[in-house]
Amino acid sequence: MRDLILIAPSVLMMAAPILIAAMGGLVSERSGVSNIALEGLMGIGAFTAASAHYFMEAPLGSGSVWLALLFAAIAGMAVSLIHAFASVSLGADQVISGTGINLLSIGVPVFLAQIIFRMERTQPFRIGMMPGIGGVYPTAYIALAVVLGTWYVLYKRPFGLRLRACGEHPQAAAGAGINVARMRYIAVMASGALSGLAGACLVLTQTIQYTQNTINGAGFIALAAVSFGRWSPKGVTAASLLFGTAVALAIYMVNVESLRVLPPEFFSVLPYLITLATLVAFSGKDWAPKAIGKPFDKGRS
Amino acid sequence: MAEKGLKDYKAPKKLDAYRLLEVFTASDGRMSILVVLLGFLAGTIIVLAVGRNPGNMFAALMQAMTGWDLTRGVWNIRYVGEWLALSTPLILTGLSMGFAARAGLFNIGAEGQYIVGLTIAQFGALYLPQIPVLHVVLCVLLAAMGAAIWGGIVGWLKARFNASEVVATIMLNYVAFYLSRWVTMAIPGANTYKTPNLPQSAQLDAGFLQLFTNGSNLNYGFFIALLSVLAYWWIMERTRLGFSLRATGLNRDAAQASGINANRSAVVSMAVAGAFAGLAGAVVALGSFNFGRVLSGLDNYGFSGIAVALVGNSTGMGIGLSGLLFGLLASGQPLMQSRGIPKEITLIISGLVVVFVSLRAGVRMFIAWRRRLSVAAAEALDA
Repeated sequence: MRDLILIAPSVLMMAAPILIAAMGGLVSERSGVSNIALEGLMGIGAFTAASAHYFMEAPLGSGSVWLALLFAAIAGMAVSLIHAFASVSLGADQVISGTGINLLSIGVPVFLAQIIFRMERTQPFRIGMMPGIGGVYPTAYIALAVVLGTWYVLYKRPFGLRLRACGEHPQAAAGAGINVARMRYIAVMASGALSGLAGACLVLTQTIQYTQNTINGAGFIALAAVSFGRWSPKGVTAASLLFGTAVALAIYMVNVESLRVLPPEFFSVLPYLITLATLVAFSGKDWAPKAIGKPFDKGRS
Repeated sequence: MAEKGLKDYKAPKKLDAYRLLEVFTASDGRMSILVVLLGFLAGTIIVLAVGRNPGNMFAALMQAMTGWDLTRGVWNIRYVGEWLALSTPLILTGLSMGFAARAGLFNIGAEGQYIVGLTIAQFGALYLPQIPVLHVVLCVLLAAMGAAIWGGIVGWLKARFNASEVVATIMLNYVAFYLSRWVTMAIPGANTYKTPNLPQSAQLDAGFLQLFTNGSNLNYGFFIALLSVLAYWWIMERTRLGFSLRATGLNRDAAQASGINANRSAVVSMAVAGAFAGLAGAVVALGSFNFGRVLSGLDNYGFSGIAVALVGNSTGMGIGLSGLLFGLLASGQPLMQSRGIPKEITLIISGLVVVFVSLRAGVRMFIAWRRRLSVAAAEALDA
């Protein structure tokens, strides 16, 4: 138990980006647009933050980290526009356009790094984000704010009600005077901004530069958390914390005496296995938004 | 009335941008050509935008395809061999994605099925008796079978529990990745990145191919890919199984109503898809490396296979051709890098092509809308 408390700050550090990205996925999917591009958008955000911070670190000092977070969110949002345009305006297959963004995000950051830094990763920055009281990084508080904000907007504001209506029954929502396309655009762009922010949080706390393996499945874990958390902010938060713990244990288990009998891969694989198990266990009732993945066509009833 | 008007309407023969668009979108094959051209155009613009010479990019692709180095005027057939060798796993993972797509399933899991095939092939190479020919054949077959089971699980989850194949395959990709690391590192003599060398009897190396291609990496795996393309075409177009899979993909309910077991289709299509990806894993493991690998990251062949199948319109021939195209991009990478073009431009082109494929529904919508508009105008004139 004492061991677990000792690694608690690490767990929060690993869980925060997953949580933030998962909230992005939640918002997008509740509006009816599936978003498997979380992984790619996180990569774009991580690259943007790592490069921006490298250049701003010296002139701006500690303020640089926060600007880097902002730039990452903007970059994520900009790239998510591709997904929004394809899936909302053109009624394209959302899995295909998401895959396209994921493929792009393998190439674009390293391509730009080769142009800017003349190597296949970003130039390492000197100091990332500094941990606060008890070794907890500010990203944990950012994640908390994102969760509370998402919950408040989705469940306590008329806007959130409308957004969720677009994901359950867009025809009815349109009938009630809601601009479905506009709502979905906003939702996809919000998920892009949050994924970009998540990628920035990851790169600024867990490493010192962007490389091709920086994200390494964190976005897919976030996607799993949305599904395992059954598309509710509470559930997704719990799922993200659980998955974050598993990811942290895979790395820090060497410090925990009682866990050394297991290989680290055991913990790495847990989030995926748990999600698979829940796909089966909760198969009777479909928790996903009803209209998820379906393009909205005004003419259909 | 409007329907009849639409059918009778002939587009004007005048050659303008719109007419060009209409010609290109008339068939899936032409659409793919348009999408690829757009991808290369965008890639050229990006290279220009960062101040590099796109001519170098095309010179590199030219050299990768024909072996001619235009800048130095030297010819080396080895590059052709490397091109075909790199196309091999892409064709196979493309077939994997395409086979599931024809049955209406989106197989993002080719990456995981590829890893399962690769891992099993490595184990077979190290532990099966080293009988010439038989050893390597067994390794390849076992890899395909193991990956077929890995893919079949997804089909079964879909059929039995109606679990989303997209989520399930993404999860299984990473399960396969970490399991592969775990079991491969447990092999005696393995360290954190490689196992002991694989015996010669388990390798796909073909001496005569290396002789013809000046020592390239081309191996028997290429014939596996060719046979797989043929098998794919034959199953899809010439067998009852293929027909029932395609029927399920086009309209699940109608297929079910006419006596096709849609659940069986899901399991079979995912299992065959897995087998193709598993072959890709075996080809890479036994053809390109002489030691077993402990994977440190995803090889991304499975994800590239999605692009291959989308551009190839999920037909056997189409996937073969588009696999060669993406293989060309891959084999051009080092040649571009040495000419001052960051090699990731090829990944950007692949990604853009997939994005453009997703946009093509929109292009068709635009054409239909334009056509309706002109029909309405013609009718108004008649009246």
